Amino acid sequence: MIVADKKPIEEIIAEIEDKERILILGCNECVTVCEAGGKKEAGVLKSALRMYFLNKGREVKIDEITLERQCDHEYLEEIRDVIDQYDAVVSLACGVGVQFMAEKYHSTPVYPGVNTCFLGATEERGLWTERCQACGSCLLASTGGICPVSRCAKRLLNGPCGGSTKGKCEISQETDCAWQLIVDRLKTLGKMDDYEKICPIKDWSTDRAGGPRKVKREDVQ
Amino acid sequence: MQYPSDIRIIRVPCTGKVDVIHILHAFEKGADGVYVVGCMEGECHFNNGNFRARKRVEQAQKILETIGIGGERARMYNLASSDGPLFAKYAAEMDELIRQLGPNPIKLAKKNAA
Repeated sequence: MIVADKKPIEEIIAEIEDKERILILGCNECVTVCEAGGKKEAGVLKSALRMYFLNKGREVKIDEITLERQCDHEYLEEIRDVIDQYDAVVSLACGVGVQFMAEKYHSTPVYPGVNTCFLGATEERGLWTERCQACGSCLLASTGGICPVSRCAKRLLNGPCGGSTKGKCEISQETDCAWQLIVDRLKTLGKMDDYEKICPIKDWSTDRAGGPRKVKREDVQ
Repeated sequence: MQYPSDIRIIRVPCTGKVDVIHILHAFEKGADGVYVVGCMEGECHFNNGNFRARKRVEQAQKILETIGIGGERARMYNLASSDGPLFAKYAAEMDELIRQLGPNPIKLAKKNAA
């Protein structure tokens, strides 16, 4: 899933300080799971902002709606009838939702309520870690299911480097060396022959290097 | 044994049930202070309900501080369910703290707006 983290309330307040009618738009997908922008967080932000403005002596209209998703037309359409009632939207969706919102509703400014961080997994409640950088051409088949693109600081495809010590990466004692994990995993799988194969130069044009990307599937259109 | 009469007790099955939004709503509705009284740490029937409550009180404190209400208006206490005198002591302590801090500014703002 897409992992996001809450933006500090003061940062959100700075963006919407002069607004009179604010819609807080939560998202029921990834940001709900990572407890950054779901219905619960939207409710907390609404309550906090209401009190902030009341304390400043201002009666600001603040409402909260949580959509199933903000990255699909059909769900974002659900607010078309009410969007004109607001002069700002704080979207608690990931950067995708914020942008989709901005593309769809031209006259209402939209502000991000979360910082979108990475594609990751929930290791335990309150701990999410990166697993994928969406490079566009997956290598996991040859690396024992462990991604050197997202988990090796240098994105080495034929690792490890000299900075690997006792299974840890030189950037931090807390960071596993991805290539140590790959070797361990390949050993377990009895596939160390794969490790001996040199990975050719990767075509990074499917990564960000090729500019904004697109997946077009005519078979499902 | 007595405790201040202007404290309203809201019973919950476990302090783990208390969420940040409940604390914020109480302030939004005009409460001058909110304190959560959980079981002793390490003695939660559900293992970590009171630890969760403490974290949520801390989150609420941060928010209240940021929005100008004052984080010290929310507190977490722990005591054994049989310890009535300590319950009364904490209630008096909280009552005194809130009297020092004065009324919830939201309550005043709402009055002024009306």
